[in-house]
Amino acid sequence: MDESNPLEAYHWLVLILIYGLPIAGLVFFGFIGAYVEKKHYVSIRAREAATNRLPIMASRTLEDGRAVVEARLVAAEVMISHDYFKRFLAQLRNFFGGRIRSYDTLLDRARREALLRLKEQCPDASIIANLRLETICVSTARKNSLVGVEIIAYGTAIRYA
Amino acid sequence: MTPPVLNSIILTNLETVPGRQIVEHYGLVSGSTVRAKHFGRDIAASLKNLVGGELRGYTELLQEARQESTARMVAQAQALGANAVVNIRYSTSSVAQGAAELYAYGTAVKVI
Repeated sequence: MDESNPLEAYHWLVLILIYGLPIAGLVFFGFIGAYVEKKHYVSIRAREAATNRLPIMASRTLEDGRAVVEARLVAAEVMISHDYFKRFLAQLRNFFGGRIRSYDTLLDRARREALLRLKEQCPDASIIANLRLETICVSTARKNSLVGVEIIAYGTAIRYA
Repeated sequence: MTPPVLNSIILTNLETVPGRQIVEHYGLVSGSTVRAKHFGRDIAASLKNLVGGELRGYTELLQEARQESTARMVAQAQALGANAVVNIRYSTSSVAQGAAELYAYGTAVKVI
């Protein structure tokens, strides 16, 4: 006679579900997240190369005395989120302290994407002056991890005669 | 994309309108919108949130908020008789859990 608890057979299955699933999720979404990020960087670099003839300046005034045909406000925004794995890493880092590398690429991607969208809105402009960047951090309800960042980039598109 | 009301008025975030001359100042004009972001509600966003990358729904929400606050600022400027708003700034603040305010402000002027 088999005297063992019928639940015993499911013991490992339950353990795998409790501990294995989150870890599998971390690995799975980590790989997808890394792929998404890599693809995004490829796209950013290609578009940056295509639009590098339009300079963006952070200065408030135009010092050259060239005649201006048109000046208008342009703005672009983007919201980029972190993947599950990187959020987990960042939470660990938050606990132990130190530099959080995964935030570097998140903010870098978001700002560069916002600047590219800004440029794409005024392809006929000569320069974009007085660039401003506004950053909004989106965190979870518990406030302990950063879900992602929203960037608003704006400036004045100037077209010279 | 741009609301039609914006076409009749010059907007810049410089202190002047390049190539034009400011003849009259009308003072500060502003507009604001408060929007709530709630990740739990939006299933597509919360799934996308696992793999990271752009959350398009939220980008659009932000874009609408910016356009609306700008439109409110422009309406105020036009009510004063201005034909340009200079030195425009956008500012954000979190007013409550999960809600953010987008505030646009600038100086209403008349240019020739």
